[in-house]
Amino acid sequence: MTQQQTAGPPAAGHADPAEEFLDRQTPLSRIRNILHRYPALSPAIVLLVAVVVFGLLNERFLRVENLSLITQQVSVVGTLAIAQTLIILTAGIDLSVGAVMILASMVVAQLAVGSGAPAPLALLLGLVVGLAAGALNGFLVTRFRLPPFIVTLGTLNIFIALTLLYSGGSTVRGSSMPGLLTWMGSTFPVGPVRISTGVVMMLLLYIAVAFILGKTAWGRHVYAVGDDKEAARLAGIPVNRVLMSVYLAAGAVLAVGAWIQIGRTNAASPNAGVDLNLDSITAVVIGGTSLFGGRGSIWGSLLGALIVGVFRNGLSLAGLDVLYQTLAVGVLIILAVSIDQWIRKVKS
Amino acid sequence: MTATEFQPAKTEVRQPILQARNLVKTFGRVVGLDGVSLDLYPGEVLAIIGDNGAGKSTLIKCLTGAEIPDSGELKVSGQPVHFKRPQDARVHGIETVYQNLAVSPALDVASNLFLGREERLPGPLGKIFRVLDTKGMRRKAKEELTRLGISTLQDVTVPVENLSGGQRQAVAVARAAAFGSKVVVLDEPTAALGVRESNQVLQLVRDLRDRGLPVILISHNMPHVFDVADRIHIQRLGKCAATITPESHSMTDAVAIMTGAATA
Repeated sequence: MTQQQTAGPPAAGHADPAEEFLDRQTPLSRIRNILHRYPALSPAIVLLVAVVVFGLLNERFLRVENLSLITQQVSVVGTLAIAQTLIILTAGIDLSVGAVMILASMVVAQLAVGSGAPAPLALLLGLVVGLAAGALNGFLVTRFRLPPFIVTLGTLNIFIALTLLYSGGSTVRGSSMPGLLTWMGSTFPVGPVRISTGVVMMLLLYIAVAFILGKTAWGRHVYAVGDDKEAARLAGIPVNRVLMSVYLAAGAVLAVGAWIQIGRTNAASPNAGVDLNLDSITAVVIGGTSLFGGRGSIWGSLLGALIVGVFRNGLSLAGLDVLYQTLAVGVLIILAVSIDQWIRKVKS
Repeated sequence: MTATEFQPAKTEVRQPILQARNLVKTFGRVVGLDGVSLDLYPGEVLAIIGDNGAGKSTLIKCLTGAEIPDSGELKVSGQPVHFKRPQDARVHGIETVYQNLAVSPALDVASNLFLGREERLPGPLGKIFRVLDTKGMRRKAKEELTRLGISTLQDVTVPVENLSGGQRQAVAVARAAAFGSKVVVLDEPTAALGVRESNQVLQLVRDLRDRGLPVILISHNMPHVFDVADRIHIQRLGKCAATITPESHSMTDAVAIMTGAATA
């Protein structure tokens, strides 16, 4: 009698015990599977919880003016995070994003104010600076086969030095610039909310990049290259060309970021944005994109940038010192990477 | 024309699809290939066996464009070719399944099947905005898997990393079979697989042959080789020691030739 019971129900008798073991799912592993399939889901949940908690802590948090302010505070880092996401998806990392953006913003501002170039031309040359910086990074990564970390650590310093040499260390005020340059800082009302042009620009960039990553062959190749470079090469993907185009695209996005930065701070300062490099990496990592490449979504990075913005804003409204905001962001990063590691264990 | 060559008996005048003559490849002072010739005829499975360092992999790499031979000729359907990279071989209808499979784990089955040759939507969406025909590719992927009789892969939207070793192998073989118009080369396709999965892959090899697609199979596994191969090319010390058939020789003979204990 007891023997029969231990033998289990006869219906399952013929199933391969090993296979049954593989297919067994606990509620936890099911959650992990879902998170694995939709990488933007976990940051979305974190953002939602954060908004609710901070809303309960301080009733001012959920006011439309405050939420609108958060989006504006996030617009620059959010844009840099787009460039950073593209590069991290290829299993790279770009430490120079902030420096490139500041260099481009100084070039745009100096050309328009110092040299009296027309504003559209100044912006166009800013785009050229961004592309040139991306081309330099991409060239060093693909031709000399240097690790992106080392390449961009070097170019980070080069771009900072170039910025200071070019600008002489002086800030160009927004009031002296043509209107087009500070246009990204202007706001317009949408119902009760005031939205800045910079935020709209950032969102347009997200939509465009999400479309390209999700719907085109190039997007799929970016993922494939980051996933397994050798496999991508053997499958016939021109790996170096894809990498080069990623760095160029990142450079172009950074040039737009420079425009948003000028509008947001109403100035072009060579000393701004020292911590923007790391903030952009933080946003991408919290957004669920894997630092090992090939995995993640661009929307996750927007959510990541918003999470950082919400935490900083919410904690300061809750009356906590700035230092605690930094502490909270640090904890967030480690949590995000831990969750990423846990989710990656989903495969057999 | 003077008939200097020995003319083989009547029906054997078929033209080889792939023909290699006197391939030599050296790596510094190491001789990888020492004048190897090989013919692959339509609708046959040619196995290549040999001990480690006998030059199997080098031979395959030279046939598929992954290495450039120092000298020797290569002909596809009688036309001389010079492969400089794997894409060149692919253009000539030679598809290779590498030992490490060359699949992208995070991408789904359909994306992997079409990796590197994605199809775009017709009309302006595809031409101007370069939008992928995801639905079409998924449908075709499903059709191809059904045609190959791969029943274990029903959902083509599953990421490859969630698949078992045999299923991954099936994806890689399906990709080669779908695009290989002339030759499919499989490098150690059963090395990492269990018994049942190995049998599925061997069945796939037979199915490919039955559809008229010649297959080159590199393997260490003698029972598998003798199970599916029509002819067996034995590499030894960078040379072709013998070309035998499963009917003419036993497994023991093959191993003896491989190790130099006997000659054909």
